[in-house]
This record gives sequence, structure tokens and C-alpha cells, in this order.
Amino acid sequence: MTRLLLGVGLLAIALLAMGSESRVGVEGRSHPSPLREGSEFQSADMRALQADDFANPMALWVARGESLWGEARNGRPCAACHGRAEASMKGVAARYPRWDAGLGRVVNLGERINACVVGQQGAPKLAAESDELLALEAYIARQSRGMPLQVSIDGPAHATWEAGRALYFTRVGQLNLACTQCHDRSWGRTLLGETVSQGHPTGWPAYRLEWQRAGSLERRLRACFNGVRAAMPPYGSPDLVALELYVAWRAQGLPLESPGVRR
Amino acid sequence: MLGRLQVPPTVKRGEVFAVRVIVQHPMETGFRRDVDGKAIPLNIVDHLACTYGGREVFRVEPGSGISANPYFVFPVVATASGELAVEWRDDRGATGRVAANVNVVES
Repeated sequence: MTRLLLGVGLLAIALLAMGSESRVGVEGRSHPSPLREGSEFQSADMRALQADDFANPMALWVARGESLWGEARNGRPCAACHGRAEASMKGVAARYPRWDAGLGRVVNLGERINACVVGQQGAPKLAAESDELLALEAYIARQSRGMPLQVSIDGPAHATWEAGRALYFTRVGQLNLACTQCHDRSWGRTLLGETVSQGHPTGWPAYRLEWQRAGSLERRLRACFNGVRAAMPPYGSPDLVALELYVAWRAQGLPLESPGVRR
Repeated sequence: MLGRLQVPPTVKRGEVFAVRVIVQHPMETGFRRDVDGKAIPLNIVDHLACTYGGREVFRVEPGSGISANPYFVFPVVATASGELAVEWRDDRGATGRVAANVNVVES
């Protein structure tokens, strides 16, 4: 009898969970309005630090990226093909993640850089979250500062966007939360000491005070998975790239503020 | 080790100007552990000094309470045109140096 009651109870919980999941999917279609970039949820001090081109700690990574840009790997620097980054990389970061015909999948900026490092320079891949990769990413993103995010979800990228959207509305982890519950429904409200943002990836790669160093959007997304006590997808996993594409699309039109500073 | 230094392009003689310096350094406190639970040894920039025209004008000995990538701003009086250099070293003996020329003009 107890076993039967327990079974009924579990079934009821399962049905409840299913019910709320579908509700999230329907209601969550709406975008936050008005769109607010990530720094608007930061304190005035943090915004001032981000705007100061010298004191912004990301400037260290940008400076490193600038020297790496001209540094030859196997006799070939980035500049050999791409010339001056100020001209050739302008607006590039605002278009990523993007479908890459050569690789046959949607890639983020870091993966695109690594494709060049391996394919064009014949050098070993730069490790995820390594200073070198973050420096190049930050330097390239810096060239698009102020330009509106404009990712393409047409054609072959559409399936990845769909996957990202599905993930965005899927409850995960022990806390059983989907991205949408914080970033569409509860933005502007307080979570512990933080203001919940709209979840727009406008400042990445960014210097996060919690990390005491630069980090990529992938690392930030993984931190969210960890926050809801879900298994973190590994770096470079298709799930993370799909989610990156979806959140970039949600932020369409917001100006890129990379390299940002976040708490 | 990477660092950045900023001084104004020109200063008037006798004027007080701000020197800004930021050093890329993890400033490991010695209290953290890595993912395997192994203690990460102490490693901080424990000495940073600024010389202007060969004379020391600023020195700091940061402790483990200073954040990673420490940033310092300090005032210096413009006396004569010359090189302003900032040097530092950490617990492992790694050193770094950044320098810039201060252009002093008569007011």
C-alpha cells in the first residue's frame, strides 16, 4: 500500500514537472524588453572600470593579443593573412558564433581562431581558457566595440539555433531551472548580492572579478550550469556553442562592449 | 611578465602627475587548492618600485590581500625630462619592467 502511494506520489511529481516544462516553452518566447546590455546590471564602479581603457584589466589581454597578432607561428603571423586587425577584424566578433563552411558546423570565435592556428599556421591548438586564446579573442573583439551584435541564424546555422533555443528553455540541474526563468522572467530582480541580468553576451571575453582573470562566454555559461547544480558541458561541446548562438541572437542589435568587466 | 604603464605625454615642470601601472599576475595567496585538492603555493608580487630619472620615487610591498593583476596609481612631481621605469618581482623570482619617457616642458 505504501509502495503504491509512493508510486502515485512520484507520478504526480513527474506530471507536475512536465507541466511546468511545457509552460516555460510557451511563455518564454517573449524577449526581455527593453533590451539591456550586460554592463547595465553592474554597479557604477564596474561600468567605470570597464570604460577606462587603461584600468580595465582586460587591456592586459588585449595588449597580449595585439603582440600575438604580429607574432609568427611556424613563420606565419595572423597579420600575414589578415593584415591590420583594426581594419580586417572590425565587426567580426559581432557576427560570431557563425556557420563555418570549412568545418561544417557553427563555431564560436575561439574555435575559429583555433581553426586558423591549426590549419593555417600548423601550430598546436590553443587550450580552452588559455591566456593566449583569450588574448586573441579579446583583441579581435575589441575591434568591434560599439558595433551591434548581428549573428546569422539562416541556412545551415538554423539547426544549431534551434538546438540552442531548446536548451535555453530546458530545465536542468538539481534546482530544476531553465535559462529563461532567470533571464526572461526575473531579470532586474536580486539573487543574493547580484542583480539578475537579461543574459546578453555583450561583454565577452570579460574580466570577471570572481575569477580574478579573463574568461570566455563558455566559462560563464558553464558557471550558470554549475549554479543550478547541473553537469557542466565540456568546453567546445556542441551544446555550449548552440547556447552561445541562441543568446547572441536574443541580444541582436545590442552594441558589443567587449572586453567587459563583470562581477 | 606583462605590465602596462601610463604617464601623460607632456607635463609642466613642477606639476604633479599621476603614474598608473597595472601588472598581470595571479597573486596566489597560498591558501587556494587546485581541482585535485593540492595546495597552490604562494606566489605574489611582493616588491614593486618606480624610478624617475634614476631616483626611486615610489615603492610598495604588496601582501597576499592585494587582488590579482594589481593596479597602482601614484603622484609624482615633474622635475626633469627622463625615463620613468617601474620594476617588480614576485615570490618565484620572476621580474618585470615597464618604462616610459616623461617629457617635461617649461611652464
